[in-house]
Amino acid sequence: MKNRTFFWFILPSLITMLLFIALPIVSVAVQSMHIEHEAVMVEVENCGPFGCKKELQIDVEETAKLKEERPLGQFNGIGTYTNRNHLAFIEIGLALQSSNGFLDFISKALNLPFYRALAFTLTYTFIVTPLVIFFGFIIALGVNTLPKRIKGPTIFISLLPMIVTPLIGSLILFWMIDANGILGSALQRIFDDPNLSLKASPALTWIMLMVYGVWHSAPFAFIVFYAGLQTVPGDTMEAAMIDGASRWERTRYVVLPHLMPLTVFILLIQLMDNFRVFEPIVSFSAQASATSLSWIIYNDLVGTESQFFGSAGATSVLTIIGVGILLIPVLIRTWRDFNQKVV
Amino acid sequence: MSDIIHRRSPVLNTIIWGLVLIWIIAAGFPFLWTLWGSFKVQGDFFSKADWTNAVYGVRTHIETGSMFTGKGYYGAWITKEFWFAALNTGMVVVSVVFISLTLGTLGGYALARSGKKYAFYFLMLALVFRAMPHITLVSGYLLPFFEWNIWGYLPTAIIVMVAINQPFTLWMLHSFFLNIPKDLDESAMVDGCTRFQAFRHVIVPVMWPGVVTTGLFSFLLAYNDFTVTATLLSQANQTMVPKIASFLGTTQTEGNVMFAVAAVVSATAPLFVLILFFQRQIVSGLTAGAVKG
Repeated sequence: MKNRTFFWFILPSLITMLLFIALPIVSVAVQSMHIEHEAVMVEVENCGPFGCKKELQIDVEETAKLKEERPLGQFNGIGTYTNRNHLAFIEIGLALQSSNGFLDFISKALNLPFYRALAFTLTYTFIVTPLVIFFGFIIALGVNTLPKRIKGPTIFISLLPMIVTPLIGSLILFWMIDANGILGSALQRIFDDPNLSLKASPALTWIMLMVYGVWHSAPFAFIVFYAGLQTVPGDTMEAAMIDGASRWERTRYVVLPHLMPLTVFILLIQLMDNFRVFEPIVSFSAQASATSLSWIIYNDLVGTESQFFGSAGATSVLTIIGVGILLIPVLIRTWRDFNQKVV
Repeated sequence: MSDIIHRRSPVLNTIIWGLVLIWIIAAGFPFLWTLWGSFKVQGDFFSKADWTNAVYGVRTHIETGSMFTGKGYYGAWITKEFWFAALNTGMVVVSVVFISLTLGTLGGYALARSGKKYAFYFLMLALVFRAMPHITLVSGYLLPFFEWNIWGYLPTAIIVMVAINQPFTLWMLHSFFLNIPKDLDESAMVDGCTRFQAFRHVIVPVMWPGVVTTGLFSFLLAYNDFTVTATLLSQANQTMVPKIASFLGTTQTEGNVMFAVAAVVSATAPLFVLILFFQRQIVSGLTAGAVKG
């Protein structure tokens, strides 16, 4: 295809992506260097029944005017990045000096909002992703052996947790594990503890969120693996059987290697999606015990009194860097594949 | 031969059937339970005393005189004006699907036929964009949108969602177009068509299966979105998902959680129908990217 034709075909897509994906990344970076204006103070004389006093008051009009003129706020450099709510260099330094032992340091660091969110996001990503692949594979093996007639309905039901809106899916689970919901009250009866509440304990909240994560994403891995199982080469399978391979050996040495490229694909998609975990925290109202990077950005943006664009920007930039680090191995791999193809 | 492959010991069979059964219950039961419970009163759906109350509707019978009640639905759709949010969702979803596909087919076709190095770089860039958490982008939009006074309106949310979905749409359509033989449009061009005419008259008639599948996923992305709609739409223009999220705060205190339950069931219903009719396309779409590697 000629360069000119390519350009005209791709132009509409390119414009929307540049305007609404590339530009916002720049805008986030700029915002993160700025901070909200301080309120303009004026001295006013306040006269009451006990005489007059001079007081400092916020000049609402002037403050509004300043905001109007420079909506970005004032320049702050990397101040926002290093403050307590983000990388918290000072607090981390203090914690390093004062803490006795590694665990103490970790627990101190986890009191800082950014590290708390980072810890949950990473734990979630690296626990849910392998579990999704594992369960997806098991379900695919199971469903593949079912008689043809009930395969269709099984796949239909399996798709539900994935297709349904994440916010809604997590709400449905949340209502069931409510202390008065069916699962919540069943658990209370099983452990014989009428005060058992999954919401009250941070550890249980984490587990609950991850259970949701696996429930939501396992169907995706299942479908991909299931499609892969349909294309397992029959000849190799027969050869393995003639050589006396057991069922387990056939799965291990024929099926698994065949599904390996699919596993990489699922891994990539799941790492990207789990790293942005957000909706279940809103649905489960879990912010007291678990916050994610996406959630703290959201919290800065929808604050009831005012929005902290600088703070949200800084967290966003740090998150984007995190995504970059996650993606590097994949990009290098794809790059190598492509170059091999060309040569 | 294949008979021998599929012959299993009874023990193994039992294990497999057990696992599959557990999975089906885990995947399906929550939805069934919530659907059933949405026709009960709160005292039954969240029953402290006895979970079977939710099945038989004991309190529902006492409070309303019948085993089922539509009060939750009435409250959500009429009192809380959920119908308006549903209407908004309809408009947003239709527009997003239509615009995404229009831009995506043009771009995806070009990427599939280019064969130049920069097309590959473009796809890589799209992959990086696909990985960006949506909320990080939203924090970049908000301030400019406030300044230009376009915050809070449906068209703003629509165009943002189109852009966010574009990387995914391009990847998917690109791989579908790769499956359409090159000879088709090239022979049309030999016969004197321009590239666009070849696309219009030769490719468009045969591209619909791929477009329908991609359209389904655009639909799901737009329908299920919470991040963009919750932050970019004003209270008056809310779509269904942020509306349900805002129910959570208000209904909990007012004691009508059942409104939220009814709204959740209502919002799930279209998705249910969608899978019913398009199961095959959804499955093929999920695997389209994977099989290519």
